[in-house]
Amino acid sequence: MSLIAITEVKKRFGDNEVLKGISIDIAPGEVVAIIGKSGSGKSTLLRCINGLETIDEGSIVVAGAQFLPDEVHLKALRLKVGMIFQQFNLFPHLTAGGNVMLSQMVVKKTPKKDAEAVARKMLDRVGLAHKFDALPDELSGGQQQRVAIARALAMQPIALLCDEITSALDPELVAEVLAVVKELAAEGMTLVMVTHEMRFARDVCSRVVFMHQGRVHEIGAPEEVFSNPRTPELRQFLGVQ
Amino acid sequence: MTYQFDFGWLIDSLPVLLKGIRITVQLILIGAVFGVALGIACAWVRALGPKWLKPVVATYVELIRNTPFLIQLFFIFFGLPSLGIRMSELTAANLAMIVNLGAYSCEIIRAGIQATPRGQFEAGASLAMTPFQTFWHVVLVPALQRIWPALSSQIVIVMLGSAVVSQIAAEDLTFAANFIQSRNFRAFETYFVSTLIYLALAILLRQLLAGLGWMLFPRKASR
Amino acid sequence: MTEFSFWDILRNLLLAARWTVVLSLVSFTGGGIVGAALLFLRIGGRRGMQFLSRGYIQLFQGTPLLMQLFLAFFGLGLFGIDVPAWLAACVALILWTAAFLAEIWRGCVESIAKGQWEASASLGMGYLQQMRYVILPQALKVAVPPTVGFSVQVVKGTALTSIIGFVELSKAGSIVTNATFQPFTVYGLVALIYFALCWPLSKSSQLLERKLNVAHRNH
Ligand SMILES: Nc1ncnc2c1ncn2[C@@H]1O[C@H](COP(=O)(O)OP(=O)(O)OP(=O)(O)O)[C@@H](O)[C@H]1O
Ligand SMILES: [Mg+2]
Repeated sequence: MSLIAITEVKKRFGDNEVLKGISIDIAPGEVVAIIGKSGSGKSTLLRCINGLETIDEGSIVVAGAQFLPDEVHLKALRLKVGMIFQQFNLFPHLTAGGNVMLSQMVVKKTPKKDAEAVARKMLDRVGLAHKFDALPDELSGGQQQRVAIARALAMQPIALLCDEITSALDPELVAEVLAVVKELAAEGMTLVMVTHEMRFARDVCSRVVFMHQGRVHEIGAPEEVFSNPRTPELRQFLGVQ
Repeated sequence: MTYQFDFGWLIDSLPVLLKGIRITVQLILIGAVFGVALGIACAWVRALGPKWLKPVVATYVELIRNTPFLIQLFFIFFGLPSLGIRMSELTAANLAMIVNLGAYSCEIIRAGIQATPRGQFEAGASLAMTPFQTFWHVVLVPALQRIWPALSSQIVIVMLGSAVVSQIAAEDLTFAANFIQSRNFRAFETYFVSTLIYLALAILLRQLLAGLGWMLFPRKASR
Repeated sequence: MTEFSFWDILRNLLLAARWTVVLSLVSFTGGGIVGAALLFLRIGGRRGMQFLSRGYIQLFQGTPLLMQLFLAFFGLGLFGIDVPAWLAACVALILWTAAFLAEIWRGCVESIAKGQWEASASLGMGYLQQMRYVILPQALKVAVPPTVGFSVQVVKGTALTSIIGFVELSKAGSIVTNATFQPFTVYGLVALIYFALCWPLSKSSQLLERKLNVAHRNH
């Protein structure tokens, strides 16, 4: 059974139909890369899965729970899927540890002591145990993004959505973040990531989705998609003839 | 509540109200033109003016911004005659509004000037313009454009604040309302109606200033 | 007629200035509480509530404070209560202050990056939790200078309550003038006392603003 079932999802901004009927089924433990040109609707799709945008048609079901735009369903959905953003979006007034503890305490009502233990564990997992008391300002971009990952992991989601999480990083910092993601994949976390790191997509992902003008244009295993693109659009996108 | 609202007096009182509206409009039009002019002059002094004048202007601005308009008005109307300076109620009201708006617009315009890139002054100088020419042609217009919304709000605030000139018997809209309610004994309704008129005037004035800004600065701000 | 010395005048004015201070404090505190409620409705409430609070703010910002005082004074009177001037003064000033503070604070909340809302939403927080733990702690820091700055307007606004008969500094000025026939001295002193109350507030608002800007630039 699929963990995330996206069926005929349509999304409009005014007259602009950004998603024109998207269907993807994602199994537990899968690592799915979403690639495509700027403006093809990749971010919008991820944001719909996390309920940051409402959908106009179709359905999104995560672990058997249907996505409905009311507070109770939204919260249930968001407890199941975490999201990592391009701009990190750490809370600047809290320390790294505070960032990881906050939602555990206020959303899950975890006692402070337990939340702190979890936070230490998660920061350790992303290699930042020693930065527990550092403010976001005092961290490098790569470190901030790893804190953001720890923050999402602390909610024990069954899937993580990553939207170009290395795009805002200096080149030398990309590797440390991808290493963390790779480890998560190896541990069996379900990941849906929009990425421009083609090598990473090829090496780590189990499936690649190529989006074009609001539709799933091609979908398949990475070897297939990268070595044997069927459509001219994908060929052009990959820069092969 | 058993109170019966009554607006029947409105028709008879219309001429009085209209006269009040006329005076209020006249006060703010004159006040805005001369107040902003005074503000520009003061902003020039603070940016480029003679050294000795700067503290004078700074003191004026601080004094006005940190005292109530009502007291400024009383000081001008009741206090200045002790020095032999006498004027009519309307003149005193207008003077108070000009002096008040002058101080606020000085600060607002100064902020606009400070946001001017240094290069603009230098570019002006390199074209052999005098500092005053540079100020007038190169610095002031973009600065005004930048702060036009803030300046417009301040002008509306001064218009609403002008309601207190009725206290020195300048016959503005509030004065008219006071007069009417003393005859019809319908204080609440009378002030309610005049409040609505003030609201309409504020909205109109805002539109007018927006239109004026649109005329004065036709091109989109470059920054 | 008794002779008033300069010191008699000053003493009378200073005694009355206590009421200016008290009324300012009450208006500012009350206005802050009502303003915070307005703010929550304005940015997060239901559509209808957003509309109402926006209307409220525009109404109070678009009409003279003096008219609001008159309406409070005579409007409360319609309920058959004999309204003391201080009550009408407090009600009107609180409602007026609330409108301005709500608008100032809305600007501060809106200056917080959209990503903060999204990140906290994606972690499962509800609107009130987002406000309480993520948005307000950041917005508060930005809000301090303009809020202190607005307190100056509140102090000056209390002067208008003299017109409905509340005896504070301005009213005392008129009373003393009528007794002494020295308007120049009396209103000059009144102005200086207001200045002494307001100027420290203005200055600290400016200093706080500058400190905040420096702190931001260092990031
Ligand atoms: N909030 C919004 N309001 C209106 N239009 C939007 C909004 N968000 C996205 N769009 C539009 O939807 C389209 C798809 O945007 P989206 O951000 O999903 O693209 P993307 O594939 O993530 O591109 P990129 O690679 O540049 O991030 C774009 O044309 C964009 O202008
Ligand atoms: Mg995107």
